[in-house]
Amino acid sequence: MKRDFSELRLDHVTRRFAGAGGKAFNALDELTLTVRRGEFICLLGPSGCGKSTALNCIAGLMNLSGGSIWLDDTRIDTLPPEKRGFGMVFQNYALFPHMSVARNIGFGLRMRGVGAEEAGTRIANALKLVQLTGQAHKLPGQLSGGQQQRVAIARAIVIEPPLILMDEPLSNLDAKLRIETRAEIRRIHHELDRATIYVTHDQDEALSLADRIVVMKDGVVQQIGTPQEVYAQPANLHVARFMGYRNVLTLDVTRQGGDRIEVAGEGIALTGIPKQAVAGPRAAVAIRPEEMVLGDDAGGNVIEGQVANVEYCGRDALLDVVTGGGTRLHVRGAVTIKRGDAVRVHVPAERALVYPAE
Amino acid sequence: MADAMTVRVRQPFDRTLLLVLPAAAFMLLLFVYPFLYGLWLSFQPKDGGALANYSHFFTTDNLWPTIWITLRLALPATLINVGLALPIAYKMRVKSRYQRWVTTILVVPITLGTVLIAEGMLLYFGPKGWLSQFLQLLHIYDGAIRLTHNYWGVLISLVISGFPFAFLLILSYITGIDPVLARAAATLGADPWEQFRHIYLPLLAPGLAMCFCLAFVQAFSVFPSAVLLGSPAGPTRVISIAAYEAAFEQYDYSLASAIAMIMGFVQLVIVAAVLMLRSAFYRGPVVGGKG
Repeated sequence: MKRDFSELRLDHVTRRFAGAGGKAFNALDELTLTVRRGEFICLLGPSGCGKSTALNCIAGLMNLSGGSIWLDDTRIDTLPPEKRGFGMVFQNYALFPHMSVARNIGFGLRMRGVGAEEAGTRIANALKLVQLTGQAHKLPGQLSGGQQQRVAIARAIVIEPPLILMDEPLSNLDAKLRIETRAEIRRIHHELDRATIYVTHDQDEALSLADRIVVMKDGVVQQIGTPQEVYAQPANLHVARFMGYRNVLTLDVTRQGGDRIEVAGEGIALTGIPKQAVAGPRAAVAIRPEEMVLGDDAGGNVIEGQVANVEYCGRDALLDVVTGGGTRLHVRGAVTIKRGDAVRVHVPAERALVYPAE
Repeated sequence: MADAMTVRVRQPFDRTLLLVLPAAAFMLLLFVYPFLYGLWLSFQPKDGGALANYSHFFTTDNLWPTIWITLRLALPATLINVGLALPIAYKMRVKSRYQRWVTTILVVPITLGTVLIAEGMLLYFGPKGWLSQFLQLLHIYDGAIRLTHNYWGVLISLVISGFPFAFLLILSYITGIDPVLARAAATLGADPWEQFRHIYLPLLAPGLAMCFCLAFVQAFSVFPSAVLLGSPAGPTRVISIAAYEAAFEQYDYSLASAIAMIMGFVQLVIVAAVLMLRSAFYRGPVVGGKG
């Protein structure tokens, strides 16, 4: 077990499971990733995309079917979890119900043979870090969900692991606590200066926490990039859908040249940017609701329609606009707009991302 | 407002409560009444004062030692059963291809009656039984093997009949413990033994105490195997044999009732002691947070 490291390398990590009818499927398919010290990595994807499998493989709770994991020059995928020394925060916290908060946090130190005096100091420091000083003698059952969550974090970091693994640690908290704890996790990460791998299905969480996001689907990595890259430049239609590009229109390709592509159909004509090579006659255009602007624009890319539904959101409203051809668009607009209003919507060409049709 | 608070809302009668009646009647007729009758009877000796039966028991040389004889059988049998069942149930907690088969094989003896087990043991462990013949054939052990009609015969039979019971009980306790707890312990550096020692064992302790009590009560009331496999006149003259003799050989129901009361009291003392120990352990839910 080493404390200091410069990088963790996942090399074609694969995990197969026996599926229905004895047919094996890859829950995790050739994940290759290098995590540098100090980095915060989010594995993002819908449930069943293989993100938790990846985390369990790194922790040693699951054997690999292929590939290898390296901590600098040491191969670690053959080691049992207790020899890897990574801190892990579980989705349901997995606090030991029969041990006090202090004994829970001190468990990893006890297993390492740390003396009582040093352990006491480190437990007190960890309690201070997660702001639970004074709760040391309570049993986990006497704490609120948010407090239990912070005990779980303290227990994982007190052993000063090179790597902290978190499996959807916020999913059991209410919305307000989730945002508060999110900031806490980011703060603790910076204070420790280790690496964190964080699994989530919530893109907001991933965007706000991560230095790099790994978007996954069906066990396969779709895109690895900074939050800005993944948010603004999704690598494929799946990532675009997952990152909130709610308008996906499948139209005919009318002209293709340079860095622009023109598509049309159903009474709509749009110019966009191809994010992937489009070979077929049809293409999918992905646009965010908040990047569609109500009103006319000299540059074209205007769609006419009628407001079919208004969802009030406070600062603005989420509108359903139905075009003459029957296409339903999601658009953000002023709260003054009523159901039934005729509107014109336009989108800048550089924000209409074009992918091959599915 | 104050008036409204004082108005008592009459709860409608919950008719499903009537379902308790058969069980309550059963308890009253077949347990509470016979028990109280026996208690009363034990204070009505053939001759002497109200406590004559009890003083007779504790001053007669073939009566009072039956307590120790029974304890000497029941306590080791219970310890062996719980001690054997714990590691096996621990191994069986994870689903595997063999789990169902092993569990089935281990539980089969529960379906055999004590008498059937005794018959089988006489054939297998007896002086001319298969075990003895086999050992002599291979010259592993040539001396006489006596595992029936003595203390060991009864002990073995108590283990055979009591083990499945302890095993099933402990298995259900173990599978109730969230396996994520052991995984969490592993990531914190606990090897498999330490996971068992620090996570499973303390969480199981109350269940083990319960299992011990039930297995002990069962073993303490041993009767058929003590007669069939032991030497009921000597080393395996257990307390239930004394009660049987009093009731059906001397036709002294009053003395028999007193012996039964003493038997119940000894069981109660042991059970109370174990349950007191149990209260020293954590007894809350065995999951590690929100589910």
